[in-house]
Amino acid sequence: MDAILLQILNGLDKGSAYALIALGLTLIFGTLGVVNFAHGALFMIGAFCAVTLQRLLNLSYEVVDETQTDFLGNPLKVKTPYVEAWFGPEFGGAIIDWAVPLAILFAIPIMIGVGYVMERGLIKHFYKRPHADQILVTFGLAIVLQEVVKYFYGANPIQTPAPDALNGVVNLGAAIGMDIVYPVWRVVYFFFAVVIIGGIFSFLQFTTFGMVVRAGMADRETVGLLGINIDRRFTIMFGIAAAVAGLAGVMYTPINSPNYHMGMDFLVLSFVVVVVGGMGSLPGAVLAGFLLGILESFASMNEIKSLIPGIDQIIIYLVAIIILLTRPRGLMGRKGVMED
Amino acid sequence: MFGLNKKDTSLLIIVACLTMFAPFILNPFPTDSGLAQFNAGYPDLMQRFVIFGIFAIGFNILFGLTGYLSFGHAAFLGVGSYSAVWMFKLIGMNVIPAIVLSVIVAGLFALLIGFISLRRSGIYFSILTLAFAQMSFNLAYSVLTPITNGETGLQLTLEDPRILGVSATADGSIPVTNLFGLEMRSTFEMAVGPWAFQFNAGYYLCAFIMLAAFYLSIRIFRSPFGMMLRAVKSNQQRMNYTGLNTRPYTLAAFVISGMYAGLAGGLMASMDPLAGAERMQWTASGEVVLMTILGGAGTLIGPVLGAGFIKYFENIFSKINDNVLHSWFSFMPDGMEDAVVFLIHPFIGKGWHLTLGILFMLVVIFLPGGLVEGGQRIKGWIQGRRAKDSSTAKETNPAE
Repeated sequence: MDAILLQILNGLDKGSAYALIALGLTLIFGTLGVVNFAHGALFMIGAFCAVTLQRLLNLSYEVVDETQTDFLGNPLKVKTPYVEAWFGPEFGGAIIDWAVPLAILFAIPIMIGVGYVMERGLIKHFYKRPHADQILVTFGLAIVLQEVVKYFYGANPIQTPAPDALNGVVNLGAAIGMDIVYPVWRVVYFFFAVVIIGGIFSFLQFTTFGMVVRAGMADRETVGLLGINIDRRFTIMFGIAAAVAGLAGVMYTPINSPNYHMGMDFLVLSFVVVVVGGMGSLPGAVLAGFLLGILESFASMNEIKSLIPGIDQIIIYLVAIIILLTRPRGLMGRKGVMED
Repeated sequence: MFGLNKKDTSLLIIVACLTMFAPFILNPFPTDSGLAQFNAGYPDLMQRFVIFGIFAIGFNILFGLTGYLSFGHAAFLGVGSYSAVWMFKLIGMNVIPAIVLSVIVAGLFALLIGFISLRRSGIYFSILTLAFAQMSFNLAYSVLTPITNGETGLQLTLEDPRILGVSATADGSIPVTNLFGLEMRSTFEMAVGPWAFQFNAGYYLCAFIMLAAFYLSIRIFRSPFGMMLRAVKSNQQRMNYTGLNTRPYTLAAFVISGMYAGLAGGLMASMDPLAGAERMQWTASGEVVLMTILGGAGTLIGPVLGAGFIKYFENIFSKINDNVLHSWFSFMPDGMEDAVVFLIHPFIGKGWHLTLGILFMLVVIFLPGGLVEGGQRIKGWIQGRRAKDSSTAKETNPAE
């Protein structure tokens, strides 16, 4: 029982990353009808926003401290980050410690900006071109973005720890008398994903802007004929989708040290998630994300692995193939979206 | 000639000349000159040119003719490599059985994957092939380790049986791949003045096979079968409405291009008998997509050009470093020289992929037909100017 609960938790945790990326991908696809192969790169850029902020906060100056000496007997150089000098060691230290959560605020405007530039500068010109061209140009863009990041940050993974307070483990099963020890940050990640997903859905459901966007997703031309500048709103949605991917990346950094090709690794999976959920269906993307996450973590249980060796490596792709062949529209796909 | 029309024959002859004289053409600079690093006429690189040429020609038969964008073609290449290496391990070091087996195995594998993937088209097809390729890659890394040797990659050992050959040579080393005794690595060097040209047996084997593959692809392009595939690309729905089942045609194209990939994989293993799972990764599939598009999808010569272009510049760009740049721009004033070198620095050496990505994007945006379309445009522009000149010349002489 414990093991099963633990696997469900693992699955929800993995699934929340899949769901967030797939949600952004579907937002772009559902609104603009563009297949964005550069979405994984957006995820990666988000993660590097966290790295950048952490480095910025750690910028420091050196003071030669005569009272202390290092092991060679020379006066010790003490590094003090500017932040600590400005806000006092305690508050400044806390700011540095909380760099990753703070990066959320830092990443949102950057990601929206990146998304806006990407849409206006490149993807706008590809609406009328075939899907294959869209895939190719965004694939090229993904290569360029990841190489740029590699140029500035190097090829090695960069450690970005979570705040000390959120770094330990917590016993989630204490309340129900069971022993389920789980890293705090993963729990935080799950709740963060839930909040973001809830936020996006309520934004689309309960605001006028969201209503117009939904109308545009259903019938873009008619909304345009009603005198609404739907293109502009879709551009903003692209920015938001980029921000969602970026935030998923920011929060993922403590779980897995970011490197420049992390986006590509996630991209393939998130495409599979989108297709399983149904192209253009937002609830489908979220559902499929969590579902595949849970399936994957169950498949990596030793009992199941001994039954069917190697299943943990291929389960996601296997499920995707079966779903695509039996339910061509995916789990919750709408009629008429990308049928051919 | 060979059942081709005049234009195709001349194309084939041009390609044949280029590949046969490649050791000369790719070695234009004397060995001791500063430009010698731009020579590409050494066996290893030339083999890669033609092998990836075969891979791209095969991919083009699927993507260029039918428009189905497969993102999992590297899986066939990987399977081909593995089967070739197994052949070397079990039968003997002759490359013919290895290449034949790799083509057959890749063809069967493509039949299986194509049969399932071709039930869908468009982006779903791309994702299905991607999923299959990633599945094969993951399996090759984990469960199939007894067959693939996991992360280390499949290598020859001294303990291999090799029923038709010897497990080890007389001096106790692993025998090398050969074609009925002609060692693939044997290289004949010819020194003409300051130049040194290398003629490698393996390269010529690959080159002949590539010529055959190229000829076959011309025949496919010009055949009724090729017409049918193009019809699938332009309007599959109409084909279905006329009561024609397109799937056998697309499946045949898929299997053929899978066999080309397997052939490339088999040759790769014949030149250097080892096989690793990273050859099957989806970025490797992406590379062949890049080659085909960059050269010009749907054209005959495009994929070969693209493969050569990418492999050549990958090699050359990675060799250029800051010192080379400084020596190039040394005629400039110091500050300007540093600035220029600083600007170019991100695009060379390890930054080659950045250059490739930018180049690829530019091609997709401005030249959807690839390098071939670029060439045609330049030709058209020159001819257009000439035509304009002659027409204006006529106008100056009113016909009265």
